[in-house]
Amino acid sequence: MTQTVLQASGLVMRFGGITATNNVTLNLQKGARHALIGPNGAGKTTLINLLTGVLQPTEGRITLLGEDITQLAPHQRVQRGMVRTFQINQLFDSLTPLQTLALTVSQHQGLGLRWWQALGRSAAVSERCAQLLEQFHLTEVMDQPTRVLAYGKRRLLEIAIALACEPRVLLLDEPVAGVPAGEREELLQTVAALPADVSVLLIEHDMDLVFSFATRMTVLVNGTVLTEGDPDQIANDPEVKAVYLGHGEEEGASHD
Amino acid sequence: MTNATRKSLLHTSRLKPWEPVLWLLAFASPLLLSSHALIINEIAIVALFAISLDLILGYTGIVSLGHAAFFGMGAYAAALFAKHVMPDPLVGLAFAIGVSTLLGAVCSLTIMRGSDLTRLMVTLGMGLILMELANRLDWLTGGADGLQGVVMGPLLGTFEFDLSGRTAAYYSLCIGLVFFVLARRLVHSPFGATLMAIRDNRLRAMAIGIPVHSRLALVYTVSAGVAGAAGALLAQTTGFASLDVFDFHRSADVMLVLVVGGVGWLYGGIVGAVVFKLMQDTLSSITPQYWTFWIGLFLVVLVLVGRERLLRPWTWFRKRGGA
Repeated sequence: MTQTVLQASGLVMRFGGITATNNVTLNLQKGARHALIGPNGAGKTTLINLLTGVLQPTEGRITLLGEDITQLAPHQRVQRGMVRTFQINQLFDSLTPLQTLALTVSQHQGLGLRWWQALGRSAAVSERCAQLLEQFHLTEVMDQPTRVLAYGKRRLLEIAIALACEPRVLLLDEPVAGVPAGEREELLQTVAALPADVSVLLIEHDMDLVFSFATRMTVLVNGTVLTEGDPDQIANDPEVKAVYLGHGEEEGASHD
Repeated sequence: MTNATRKSLLHTSRLKPWEPVLWLLAFASPLLLSSHALIINEIAIVALFAISLDLILGYTGIVSLGHAAFFGMGAYAAALFAKHVMPDPLVGLAFAIGVSTLLGAVCSLTIMRGSDLTRLMVTLGMGLILMELANRLDWLTGGADGLQGVVMGPLLGTFEFDLSGRTAAYYSLCIGLVFFVLARRLVHSPFGATLMAIRDNRLRAMAIGIPVHSRLALVYTVSAGVAGAAGALLAQTTGFASLDVFDFHRSADVMLVLVVGGVGWLYGGIVGAVVFKLMQDTLSSITPQYWTFWIGLFLVVLVLVGRERLLRPWTWFRKRGGA
């Protein structure tokens, strides 16, 4: 029996009269490679914000490893293992990749309030940083300020930071968005090599990546789950085809 | 590999060779320039005040135009303590730090939300409120006349505060050094790094599990305590506290000091304080009426040309981007 790590049930989010998320239920198994797809405006971003705690759902509940986290603040969810990356890089521009990872690892190891000891004094922290730098091909740029790094490297750092939080559930928001072809391969490899016990929810427009990565997919349209299944089922689903071939307007409306 | 990362991480926090030299010079200055002990005392106090502001402005990105609130609170707390409780300077200093830290903790609730502009206004307002309170509560503070009759006891029971100001200068330099060492530890620690993370990108700081609000509150409180220490030093070494310690110009001056010396670098506060105070002193003796004109001109040039270029005159006539 596989273990359900993340469970979102009956999530509803209303902004005034607009229902952005309508009764969404999503289950993530341990080690899942789950993709969340859907046309623009389907409510993918809202769903991520609900899961990470940026938004409070109007209805519904979210459990992580059996614990109800619906009321928890974003940073508390991170401490419990729910970590995200951002579609647009959110980095610490004046710090180096090494400092960035060191502070993230320190915070995660409970050293965030330690003010009398130098960053990196703990051997466990520098060891983990060395591993992450290696894994994400950032070793040679570790001492350069983040703001001068090439876009592909910044993208790698974006994911490395998330992994430095030792996630149980990792939400990848369009990890390859905007990465030039030359730097793409490196990024795809690191995404494919993510630790097997981490459950990954991938939000992506790039269908090649989605179909090569995911073993399970959820299609979101107009704030509701249109369908869920394995890649073959989704690829052959007439409703999904209709949505992606541009006949989705009436289809979506009927689900509203 | 692990060693390389460790070495690189620890490199920034290592003591540079010029640092002890600078501090030795600072401690030698009251002896070498014994007639200038009073201004050395003032510089040490302004430098400490600037370091306290740098903790929140340079390292955490909280813009404040009301930092004099804590400076003033420290000054009045120390003066009142000496007048009504006991004249020992160190106990008074500890009391003043306690009071301003407490005030900082309360005020930290006001800086959590809003944009930089909101915070600028809120901090400005805080300073004004406290100044008016000190003005109104004249039975306690002496109101607009200032708090008179503050007599300090000898430092450690031995060193009397004399008119030449040498004891005062050493007192301020020692306290300044203690706080500098603590602040230096803090900014190079994991805690300090989380502050810089919040400064650079609050959204991401939250997304890696940093409790942003409590960190902001914490550093604001610490910074208020340090500012209070600077205020206490001023009241104790001058034996006087007046409304001027809460004044807006004091908050603005300390920000100018940081602009001159550089933010996000603890020595920036010290360099800024030395340059600013010496300029103020020299210019006001040359032209007592118009010295602020020259300070203003200096600031405009400094900001437009940039500190780096100003310190390297040989680059002035080279084209930008070249070399």
